[in-house]
Amino acid sequence: MSGVINGAVVNAPLGQLPRLLPAGPAPGLAQHLTRHGPPPGPLSDQGRAELMAEVERSGLTGRGGAGFPAARKLAAVRQSYRRCHTPVAVANGTEGEPASAKDKILLARSPHLVLDGAAIAADLIGARQALIVAPHPVRDVVADAIAERVARGPEPIRWRVITAAEGFVAGEASAVVHWISRGIPAPTATPPRLAERGLHGAPTLVNNVETLAHLALIARYGADWFRAIGTVSEPGSMLVTVLGAVRQPGVYETAVGTPVREVLDLAGGPSQPLRALLIGGYSGSWVNAETACDRPFSAAGLADLGAAVGAGMVAALPEDACGLAETARVARYLAGQSAGQCGPCRFGLDAIAGAVEQLAGGRTTDISLLDRWLSQVAGRGACGHPDGVVRLVRSALAEFADERERHASSWCCGGASVLPVPPGGLR
Amino acid sequence: MNGRPVAAPRLRVDPIACDGRGLCAEILPELITLDDWGFPMIRDVDVPDDLRIAADEVVRVCPRLALRLDLNQAGARRDAGRPGR
Amino acid sequence: MSAAAAGSALPMLWLVSRASGLALLAGLSLVMVLGTATRMGAAGQRVPGFAWEELHRILALFCVAFLILHVGTAILDPYVSIGWAATVLPFASGYRTLAIGLGALAVDLGGAVLLTSLARQRLGYRAWRAVHWLALLAWPAAFAHSLLAGGDLRIWWAALIEVSAATAVATAFVARLIQAVLNRSRHPRRPRYRPAVLDRRRA
Repeated sequence: MSGVINGAVVNAPLGQLPRLLPAGPAPGLAQHLTRHGPPPGPLSDQGRAELMAEVERSGLTGRGGAGFPAARKLAAVRQSYRRCHTPVAVANGTEGEPASAKDKILLARSPHLVLDGAAIAADLIGARQALIVAPHPVRDVVADAIAERVARGPEPIRWRVITAAEGFVAGEASAVVHWISRGIPAPTATPPRLAERGLHGAPTLVNNVETLAHLALIARYGADWFRAIGTVSEPGSMLVTVLGAVRQPGVYETAVGTPVREVLDLAGGPSQPLRALLIGGYSGSWVNAETACDRPFSAAGLADLGAAVGAGMVAALPEDACGLAETARVARYLAGQSAGQCGPCRFGLDAIAGAVEQLAGGRTTDISLLDRWLSQVAGRGACGHPDGVVRLVRSALAEFADERERHASSWCCGGASVLPVPPGGLR
Repeated sequence: MNGRPVAAPRLRVDPIACDGRGLCAEILPELITLDDWGFPMIRDVDVPDDLRIAADEVVRVCPRLALRLDLNQAGARRDAGRPGR
Repeated sequence: MSAAAAGSALPMLWLVSRASGLALLAGLSLVMVLGTATRMGAAGQRVPGFAWEELHRILALFCVAFLILHVGTAILDPYVSIGWAATVLPFASGYRTLAIGLGALAVDLGGAVLLTSLARQRLGYRAWRAVHWLALLAWPAAFAHSLLAGGDLRIWWAALIEVSAATAVATAFVARLIQAVLNRSRHPRRPRYRPAVLDRRRA
């Protein structure tokens, strides 16, 4: 498969995995360049337009959970160009989700791919600096990778590494910007949009690090190469964190639309019979394991189950674990992770978590009250955090109806905890 | 009517600024009700003409200046419902 | 106070100035109490929350009228020589510098509060709120001015107004303070973020 980007012909293996994660240990800059070839150099206006068109054709969507078309986001920032406010490109590797590890693994094992993507994104929007927000464990890897590049020669943009804040909502785009500018990892109100007025008032592009890694490859190999795997409406590959009752939990790369069963097999397959899967993250949805296993792991494939791919996480719940108890623990954790800025989130999630805990504990719970709270809280925060909890709890109530009956008769399924919840927390 | 383009005014609250004081619900109960914790739930509809004055007052009276009247056409309150990280 | 003017002019202006001053003090004190009530979330069946806020605002505007009367008559009064400048420039008056100066200070501070409140929507919440705190300095200045410049506490009803005003404002202040302390211990307003122990930024 050969593509022509910026006049250079490149050859790339078609439809093969892995794309993002190298087979061996993390490559240094030299190995990275050997494997992938040089990234496109500084682009002319023509080159920029061509690359934007290529990104749009590729159908790349954000890999941070929202799935927003990457080309549209780039265009929005480009259009907001104002004099005296040079745009800024931010690579978001915060990954506040405790059960997800894909961004950390990507930064640890393919930092140069992410940096390439960030440089390309910065070039496309006319930015002169790129900020890489990296979680603490991988911060040094990223800093070293940048040092390698800088040592090689003058870079067209200025690089900065920033240690990511901790906390579930810290990874939200506006929270990242808020963290960088004022040290407060809390989301901000949406008008104005980040694309118009973000970091220090400049148009700001915030992309998940995985999205940028894909961008780096699209810029080299083209849209056709990218679309060679995945589905027509959701092309490409994605990183998935598989955890829970599987033999080899970890981060794996797979084509979008791979059957869920195969995704679990990447992680060695289920270690026990499964009851349910939590798909998308802690703000995702529970689905029945059997029903879900045959579905493609894609937005379209999971839509009618009320689930979405989200931040690429699949947690396998074994039959001897209790979905309600897990949900109660996660809901309590999420309630504590509220930034506390918006009343419905701050108070509502606490009430909801309390009700779910009651449910899981087999105590009498007023379901209609819980339902009322779920409706009252959804959509009324400055960010999507309360919506995520509502989604999680609603899917749990729907999926674990049998467990609810059993718990009501004071019989608990018990079982060990499957989903990791950080202890203590910030508050 | 008089040929002016129809502006579709919609009342919106900044959830971070809002402190749940509840003055808005007192003035405009037709559009604003309080949730179980005292925070306003605003109906996502265009403000009818007969309530326009009350809506302007609500925006003015809010002690936290958390309310605004969006005159351009509404869109989603935020980008989608799923957080982008 | 040698109100017994030996001159031919009736001390009408001076009397109006004194009276409007007392009325102004009463009005401003009530404004302070109403503002505190709003801040404390006073709301009930018969007097809804927004009513307290509106009363606070409207009364404040009334006080402006009283202020104009008070200051205008004081300046026009031929018996004392207070220039226009002294009403806004603190301590610019030769006549009873401190007393008048405090009044001018109250006018300046109160004026800032008033103007920012009129332009509240355009200023934004933070700027408006920051300036509004000056009310906490404006009222004591006005009160001190009323004692020093007026100070005819031998008249019983004047003394009553002074004492009531001070009591009302002090009570409101203390009540609000207690409420704030209790609220803070029950519901910390904003969670305390643990700042990163590690480097947040490095070029």
